[in-house]
Amino acid sequence: MVSIKRGKNDILGDILLGLIFLFFMFPIYWVFTMAFKSDSDILIWPPKFIFSPTLAHFKAILFNQLSEQSVGATTTVNYLGYFKNSLIVSISAVLISLAVGIPAAYAFARYNFKGRENLFFNFLTFRFAPEMLVIIPIYLIYQRLGLYDTYTGLIWVYQLITLPMIIWILRGYFEDVSADLEDAGLLDGYSRLNIAARIVLPIVKPGIAATSLLTFIYAWNNFIFGMILGGTGVQPVTVAALQFISADKLRFGDMAAASILAALPIIILAVYTQKYLIRGLSLGAVKQ
Amino acid sequence: MSGGKRRNLTPYLLILPAFIITIGILVPFAISAYWSMTNYSLNRPDFHFTGLKNYIDMFKSRVFWNATLVTFKYAISAVTVELGLGLVIALLLNRETLMSKILRPLLILPLMIAPVIGTLMWKLMMSPEFGVANYVLSFFGQRNFPWAASAKYAMFSVVLVDVWMFTPFIALLLLAGLRSLPVPPFEAAKVDGASNWFVFRNLTLPMLMPYIFITIIFRLVDSLRAFDIPFAMTKGGPGDILMTYQITAFNEVFTFLNVSKGAAYMLVNWVLIYAICFVLVGKLQKWRDRIN
Repeated sequence: MVSIKRGKNDILGDILLGLIFLFFMFPIYWVFTMAFKSDSDILIWPPKFIFSPTLAHFKAILFNQLSEQSVGATTTVNYLGYFKNSLIVSISAVLISLAVGIPAAYAFARYNFKGRENLFFNFLTFRFAPEMLVIIPIYLIYQRLGLYDTYTGLIWVYQLITLPMIIWILRGYFEDVSADLEDAGLLDGYSRLNIAARIVLPIVKPGIAATSLLTFIYAWNNFIFGMILGGTGVQPVTVAALQFISADKLRFGDMAAASILAALPIIILAVYTQKYLIRGLSLGAVKQ
Repeated sequence: MSGGKRRNLTPYLLILPAFIITIGILVPFAISAYWSMTNYSLNRPDFHFTGLKNYIDMFKSRVFWNATLVTFKYAISAVTVELGLGLVIALLLNRETLMSKILRPLLILPLMIAPVIGTLMWKLMMSPEFGVANYVLSFFGQRNFPWAASAKYAMFSVVLVDVWMFTPFIALLLLAGLRSLPVPPFEAAKVDGASNWFVFRNLTLPMLMPYIFITIIFRLVDSLRAFDIPFAMTKGGPGDILMTYQITAFNEVFTFLNVSKGAAYMLVNWVLIYAICFVLVGKLQKWRDRIN
């Protein structure tokens, strides 16, 4: 590939790369440490790089114990409850998408039928529509149907995020499985779906696992659906984290702790999905 | 595809469950389109068809043109910076130095953090009194930089957050592209003693073009619907400085209870995204043909 001469150019490139990464990594480092700083170490100029760590902010947001600085703040946020909501909604949304998405992805990959590409493209368009376009009517319909502020309502609308991703990415994985393998099975007299379940599915399993994790991350990170279509009973952690601003301007440490808690499960998952990530991120448009 | 030519219901049956679920979402989509041609407001018990009136009113209003300007300013500046920076990162990471190997797996981290959470993190750093961002600026003679609190720098602030969050996306995709390029042309160029710049201009860049188009399409579509970052930063303020289409539509419906107007905004937003996508996908096809 682009062969840059070893030596001086390499060192210059490394320095540039290091500086760029400083910009991308520093915020994560800084907010992470901020979450462990006492309020007096946060609200100070110049900012402190060395401090004695405290768990006060985590206690405050997890167990509703207000930290020293936030005494007088009226709003308490039941952060663990929101965490549970995020888990319930994201996991259910991914599971439902898998249940209906795997057969669909297989059909798109293996069958030649009328209207295939049109139908397939239709599933992608959901990924590209501005969310408010569907939220406006769904908000009013949900209120009439009693789905507003329910897990069911949120899980359903989350299909907008999870289902297109699963169908799009998995189709690619299914297409990668050699058709010869299936033809051999057909000759042996197995039915097509039987082969799909017994031969193809086990082969695609790692792909399915990685895709599920990636869609889970997208579901977890969503904000707009939960903010508008859920009340405090079902809203996800992304909505809850924002409440620390409006509640009280000075809750820096609590905000930092809340951000870290919301991001941590995802960062851990992301490390695991690394290998499959790029294909997933681009809906399979870039194969790796 | 051996299941091919036979008339077969199986594929349709396999797709049916997924289709039923999305129908539930397609219907509201159609309802939105209809409402945009009525005078539906939550203040009023009933409403009736008004044709294109909402659209005509909208195109005459300052609010609409502000939203258009804000949305495009945001999208174009974010995507341009991200593309340039992402390309540099991809090229640097594509070298086999120790530094590249260590840093490569870290690149996805900002991308995996929820946009709202990432924005909160930056908000903490951008605090004018205690923020570490101003501490960094103080070494360059800047103190009390107002960031998103000022009309002048609000756009800069949110684009900065967008760049931080999504440049890794572009860099990762372009890196995957760089690694999938065929080796022989590069070896030939090396034998001929071509300069690095010549190789980049005449080989790498043209062959990378399809990947560049894919990343532009994805990022443009996403940033033309911007909501999370400007909303978490300032809720669209100060004033209407950060009122993108989606935030404007949100306000129309949930502040002014004007359902039909909000729907009209979203329909225009959607059509624009579609049209731009359509053009870019066509261009992408052309580049692919040229390479093959």
